[in-house]
Amino acid sequence: MSDATAEASLPETPAPVASAPLLELEGVSKGFPGVQALDGVRLDLRHGEVHALVGENGAGKSTLMKLLAGIHTPDSGTFRMNGRDLVIDGPRHAQEQGISIIHQEFNLMPDLTVAQNIFIGREHRGAGLFVDDKALNRRARDLFDRLGLALDPAEPVERLTVARQQMVEIAKALSFDARVLIMDEPTAALNDAEVDVLFDLIRRFRSPETGVIYISHRMEELSRISDRITVLRDGRYIDTLETAATSQREIISLMVGREISGESRPAPIAGDAPVVLAVRGLSTKHLLRDVDFEVRAGEILGFAGLMGAGRTEVARAVVGADRRQAGVIELHGREVSIGSPADAAALGIGYLSEDRKQLGVLLERSVRENIVLASLKDYLGALGWVKDRRIEQAGREYVDKLRIKTPSTAQLVRNLSGGNQQKVVIAKWLAKDCDVLIFDEPTRGIDVGAKEEIYTLLRELAAQGKAIVMISSELPEVLRLADRIAVMAEGRLTATLDNADATQEVVMDYATRFTAEGTIAR
Amino acid sequence: MNPTTAGPAQAENQKSPSTSAYRAIDEGKPRFARLRGSLQQLLAAASLIVIVVYFSLASSHFFTPNNLVSILTAATVTGILALGTTFVIITGGIDLSIGTGMVLCGVMAGVFLTYWGWPLWAGVAATILFGGVIGLINGVNVSVLGIPPFIATLGMMLIAAGLSLVISGTKPIYFNETPEFQQIMNLSIIPGIRFPLGVAIFIVMIVVAALLLSKTIVGRYAFSIGSNEAATALSGVNVRRWKIVIYTLAGLFVGLAGVLSASRLSSAQPTGGMGLELEAIAAVVIGGTSLQGGKGSIVGTVIGALIMAVLTNGLRIISVPQEWQSVAVGIVILVAVYLDMLRRRRS
Repeated sequence: MSDATAEASLPETPAPVASAPLLELEGVSKGFPGVQALDGVRLDLRHGEVHALVGENGAGKSTLMKLLAGIHTPDSGTFRMNGRDLVIDGPRHAQEQGISIIHQEFNLMPDLTVAQNIFIGREHRGAGLFVDDKALNRRARDLFDRLGLALDPAEPVERLTVARQQMVEIAKALSFDARVLIMDEPTAALNDAEVDVLFDLIRRFRSPETGVIYISHRMEELSRISDRITVLRDGRYIDTLETAATSQREIISLMVGREISGESRPAPIAGDAPVVLAVRGLSTKHLLRDVDFEVRAGEILGFAGLMGAGRTEVARAVVGADRRQAGVIELHGREVSIGSPADAAALGIGYLSEDRKQLGVLLERSVRENIVLASLKDYLGALGWVKDRRIEQAGREYVDKLRIKTPSTAQLVRNLSGGNQQKVVIAKWLAKDCDVLIFDEPTRGIDVGAKEEIYTLLRELAAQGKAIVMISSELPEVLRLADRIAVMAEGRLTATLDNADATQEVVMDYATRFTAEGTIAR
Repeated sequence: MNPTTAGPAQAENQKSPSTSAYRAIDEGKPRFARLRGSLQQLLAAASLIVIVVYFSLASSHFFTPNNLVSILTAATVTGILALGTTFVIITGGIDLSIGTGMVLCGVMAGVFLTYWGWPLWAGVAATILFGGVIGLINGVNVSVLGIPPFIATLGMMLIAAGLSLVISGTKPIYFNETPEFQQIMNLSIIPGIRFPLGVAIFIVMIVVAALLLSKTIVGRYAFSIGSNEAATALSGVNVRRWKIVIYTLAGLFVGLAGVLSASRLSSAQPTGGMGLELEAIAAVVIGGTSLQGGKGSIVGTVIGALIMAVLTNGLRIISVPQEWQSVAVGIVILVAVYLDMLRRRRS
C-alpha cells in the first residue's frame, strides 16, 4: 500500500518451495435457504504469504472460513492443497489437514485451564480414561517457549485478559502444526501494543511451508501485515491485489463498490458552548485515580488509551454501573447523584456498551421494542397498558431518522447487521431524549461502509447539541471524530488534547506514560 | 503484551524475556489458584461444621456414633443420585428423572429377583444397567433429538413413575426369593457399631465419582461442554457422544441408588420418588455446582448432601416439627446460592 510506513514493512517473503500454491480454491459456491452466501469464489494462498481477505459484513468471508474449517460443506467448487485435491470432512479433519482457524468469537472454555483448552480433544491419556494434566502442562509450556508467549498453562482461561485469551487461541491453532492459519478479525479486541505482538507472532509463523489468511476490517493493518489482498463483495470474488501496489482508498471502494469520501477532521466547535457533563476527581477502588473531564454541548470527547487503561471503567463509574470511591458529577452545572445506570438514564445520560449483544440490545425482540425499551414509561396508558400503536410510530420515526436497514419495525434485532444493531441502540437512547451519550467502542465488529454511517450519525448528533463521549481502541477513529481527546494510562488521565494537536504518535506517547511501579493495577 | 509480565523479566533474561516471566508467575500461582477454586467448598464445609456444632450443643443425642451413622445412612441414596447428576449439571444440563427413575429401578430389581428368580448378583447388575439404559435414553433424547434436558428428563420422570406402577401392579414387591438382598444396604460391616454396607458403598462411589470428574476424559469433557459447548464441538470433540455417555453415567448411579433404596426397605415400593430429584439437585447446588454448567465438584456435592441430611436429622432430634424441616432446607438453598453469587461477583 502506498501509505505503508517504513517501520512496519515486512522482511522479505520467503520463496515458495513448490510451483503449486499452498492452498487454492476455485469456483466455490455455497447457498443457504434464501441466500447465496458464496458464488464462484476463488482464492490462492502462496507459500509464505499473508493473504488478506476483505469485504463488508455479508460479503461471504465467514462462510468461506467455515467451509475451510469443515463446519459447512460447499455446494460446488474445488479445494487444493499443494496441488492435491482436498476434501474437508469436519472441524477435526480440517485441523489434521493443517488448516487452523482462529474464530472472531473466541472458542475457549473459560472454566478450563490454558493447557486444557489448547489440547481439548487431544488429551494425553494415562491408563484408560485418565487424563495426564502434567503432561498437558509440559507440552503447553514447550509450545509457549517456542512461540515466546508469556502464558501460564495451569491458569483458568476465565481469569485471562481478552488479549491473553487471544494468545491462547493462537497457541492452540499453532499447536496443530498448522500449514494454513486463518485469522478472523484477530485484532478486534486488541490494543496497538498487543497488535504488535500478534503481528510478530504471524511473522514468526510464516515459513516456506506455511501461509496465513487474514481477515480484517481494519484497513491500516493490511498494509502492515499482508502481501496480497483479495476482495469479496456480495458473495462474489472481486479482485486480488498486491498490497504494495494498491491503496486503502482503492480497497475500500472495491469492497463497497463505490468511492468513499476521504478522511477529514472535525472543525473546532465554539469555545463558549455550555458544559453539559463535568466529572471531577473520579476514582474507583481498583483502577481509576482522579479523573477530570468535561464535555460541552455539540462536542465529541474521545477517550484513547491501551486496553486496561480504564476508559470503559470511566464510563461505567459515571453512569453508576460501578461503584465510585470519590468524584463529583455535574450535569448542566448542577451536581447530581448517580447510583445506578437507571439514575443516569433518568438524568439523560445514555451509555452504549462495548458489548452490544450482551448489554445493548435484546436480540430476540423486535426493532421497535428495543427502541422504546429505555423510555417505555412514555408509551404506557392507564394500568400500565402498553400503547402498541404509538410504539410502532416511534419505531418507524427512528428507523427513518437513523436510516436503520430493516424490512419493518417488527423485525427481530438478531436478524439485523452489526451496524444496524448499533443504530437501534442509538435510537433507544435518542428516544429517551438523552443530552449526554457515552459510546463505548461504537464501531466494534461493524464493517467499513456501516462505520462511515455511524461516524456521520455521531457528527449529526453532536451538531444537534448532544454532548458525546466516545471510547475507541481505534486511534484513527478517535482522531477523525473527536473534537478533544482524553488519553488514559493506568486509570489516570495523562492528557486532554485538542484535535489539532493530536497525532497517533502524540496520543500513543501519553497512553504509555506508566507510573513508577511499571505495572497496570488490576 | 501485558506489561505486568514484560517488565521485571526483561532485566534478568534478554534471550526470551517472556519465558522467564511466566515461570516466575508460575511458581507461586497453582497453590493460590487452588485455594481460590476451593473457596466455595470451604464455605459449604464451614456451614456444615457450624450446623453440626450447633446441633451437638443443642442436644446430647446428636453427636453420637449411632446418630452420625444414621445421618450417613439417610444421606446415602440421595447422595448417590446427586453424585451422578453432578456430571449432568456440569455439562449445563439437568436430570429430573433420577427420582422416579430410581423407583423404577427398584421395581425392576423386584422383577429380576422375585418374579424372574435371577441370582442376586445378576439381578443387581441388571438393575444398575437398567438405570444406565434410562440415562442412555435421556442422553439420546437430549443430544441426538435435541430436546432440551429439562423437558427430555421431565418426560422420562413421568414415564418412569407410570411404568413403576404398571409393572408392579401398584403393589410393593418383596424380595422373598433373595433374602440376602436387604443385606446390600443394611449389612453391618464393622463389629460393635452399626455401620451399614450401603454407607461404605456410598463412600466408594464418592471416590469413584471424584476421580471420574477430575482425572478422566469424562469429567474433562463434562466441564468443557458446560463451559462452552460450541467451542468444544469445534475443537473436534464429539459432543453428542459424550453427552450420551454422561447421561448414561448418571443413569448408572440411579440404578445403584434404586438397588440400595429397595434393599433398605427390603421391598420395591412402586410409588414415590417424585421430589427426590429436587433434593439431589439441591445437594449439588448447595455444594457450589453451577446450574449454568462448567463449574462444580464432587466434594461440594457430598457436603451439600450431608448438610441436607444433618439438617433433617438435627431438626428432628431437637423436636422441630417435620413441616419446618423443608422450610429450613429451602432457606439453606437460598443462602448457599446467594453466598456463591456474592463470591463470584467479587472475584
